[in-house]
Amino acid sequence: MTSLTAPAAAPGAARETACEAEPPAARLARYGRRLAVLLGLPAVLAAVWWIVSERAENFFFPPLSDILSAFGPTWFDGRIAADLLPSLGRLAAGYLLAVALGVALGVLIGTWPSLRAFAEPVLEFFRAIPPPVMVPILMLFLGIDTLMKVVVIVSGAVWPVLLNTVEGVRGIDRPLRDTARVYRLRPLTRLRTVVLRGASPQIVTGARQALSIAIVLMVISEMFAANNGLGFSIVQFQRGFALPEMWTGIILLGLVGLALSLIFRAVEATVLAWYRGQRRAQRGGNR
Amino acid sequence: MTATTKATITTTTTTTATGELLRVSGLRKVYGSSGGATEAVRDLTFATRTGEAVCIVGPSGAGKTTLLRCIAGLLPPTSGEVVLEDRPVAGPPEGMAVVFQDYARSLFPWLTVAQNVELPLREKRVAKGERRRLVAESLEAVGLADVPGSYPWQLSGGMQQRVAIARAVAYEPHILLMDEPFAAVDAQTRADLEDLVRSLWTRLGITLLFVTHDIDEAIYLGQRVLVLSSRPTVILEDVAVDLPDERDQLTTRNDPRFQELRTRVYELVQRAKRGHRPASEVTLS
Repeated sequence: MTSLTAPAAAPGAARETACEAEPPAARLARYGRRLAVLLGLPAVLAAVWWIVSERAENFFFPPLSDILSAFGPTWFDGRIAADLLPSLGRLAAGYLLAVALGVALGVLIGTWPSLRAFAEPVLEFFRAIPPPVMVPILMLFLGIDTLMKVVVIVSGAVWPVLLNTVEGVRGIDRPLRDTARVYRLRPLTRLRTVVLRGASPQIVTGARQALSIAIVLMVISEMFAANNGLGFSIVQFQRGFALPEMWTGIILLGLVGLALSLIFRAVEATVLAWYRGQRRAQRGGNR
Repeated sequence: MTATTKATITTTTTTTATGELLRVSGLRKVYGSSGGATEAVRDLTFATRTGEAVCIVGPSGAGKTTLLRCIAGLLPPTSGEVVLEDRPVAGPPEGMAVVFQDYARSLFPWLTVAQNVELPLREKRVAKGERRRLVAESLEAVGLADVPGSYPWQLSGGMQQRVAIARAVAYEPHILLMDEPFAAVDAQTRADLEDLVRSLWTRLGITLLFVTHDIDEAIYLGQRVLVLSSRPTVILEDVAVDLPDERDQLTTRNDPRFQELRTRVYELVQRAKRGHRPASEVTLS
């Protein structure tokens, strides 16, 4: 009988920075520091705004205290449901459609070089058109309803996703492609396990750019023509010289952007955990 | 462990009457267009019997990788054909596993070690319980039973190559192709991995086609060593390795017969580097 001696067992593979047992007080101090770093600059900026605006007599820059006291009455008496939620709904629909469309087309174009050569000039042309320009034109065709706004968001946000996905798919390592072929992975498995995962770092990059574009286009499309929404409200307040209320809309818009980017970061941390680990390992030298 | 694994990981191989598993006949590969064409492989013909261990050596740039990619069905030959188990190879065939030189880039970094080994089995529609058993056994066979949940990039180079070997073994191939698999690991790991491949080959009864530029490695692992000429490639000589089947790093390598074979293959490779062509070809031209 041939004996198969297992080679020296592998050392424990968990190479994450192991947190040593830490006294609760020290941990609390650590969290405190992190919170201070996180909120330090916003707190300072808010304080400066507060102090400077408190003495200002300019009608267009009301004191921050006025703005904040207008915030509650402006938004919590029905406007959240009447304006914020429709905006968010259109944003979500447009953004998710843009990502789905961008990834689907990007995978197709990235997979077939001939299709890419064929489509590239057209893609570059459309990408170069600033999306807000499209709003009046799309209004002619699609009216001023939700459909128009969703199409505006898609037409602007799809490009970074599409172009980054193409690059990501093209950049998948040849040994990985060879491995997938040798082990006869089926097309659907190749798509899900090799192509989409392999391109995911670039897809996420594109999706991040697309998110900020989508927010901008959501507001702009509502400013042109709408009967509700965040952008619509801000324009209405401005036209009615309700300046503190207008400022609350801008602050709310900023908060929405912040919340969405935090959600995005959480999703990214899960989807790309492997990528960060790999990058860390590579930077730590070859093992 | 050995007794159970020996009984359970088995490979059934369909053989022809002659016991021939793989036949490469008149293989030729020319890269590029008619203007700047490079003839990488001119005319390669050889066959391997079922269960044989064949090593291919040659000077660097001899088209070893081209040959292997043609056999694996990853690259269509310009002319000639590759026949595996009586079927012409037109794409990656069933029953074949390949271990690439670039281990770090042939493992899926977003899958754990166990998932990497399991993926080809899923595609073969191996039942779940059976899959789990094959993964566990092959990881144990390569000495990685304790890291199934790790990601490849958390492991050392030698360990990553072991994962690639485990993936190939779990696939239960009839033929295992290895393309300079140990070129990028350190000498000590390399010796360990050579012994691992040799013991897996003995135990599983698979056919092994091992491409290397290391003459000692070729003789240590093979029953036959095919020496390739420089480009455009033909087979310079087919050297039979008449060493006992039980091999180990110390006694085998110190065997006087090993030294003789080594000298012989070394001289052949040196001649190949100087552009020597086999007698048959010279008379033809």
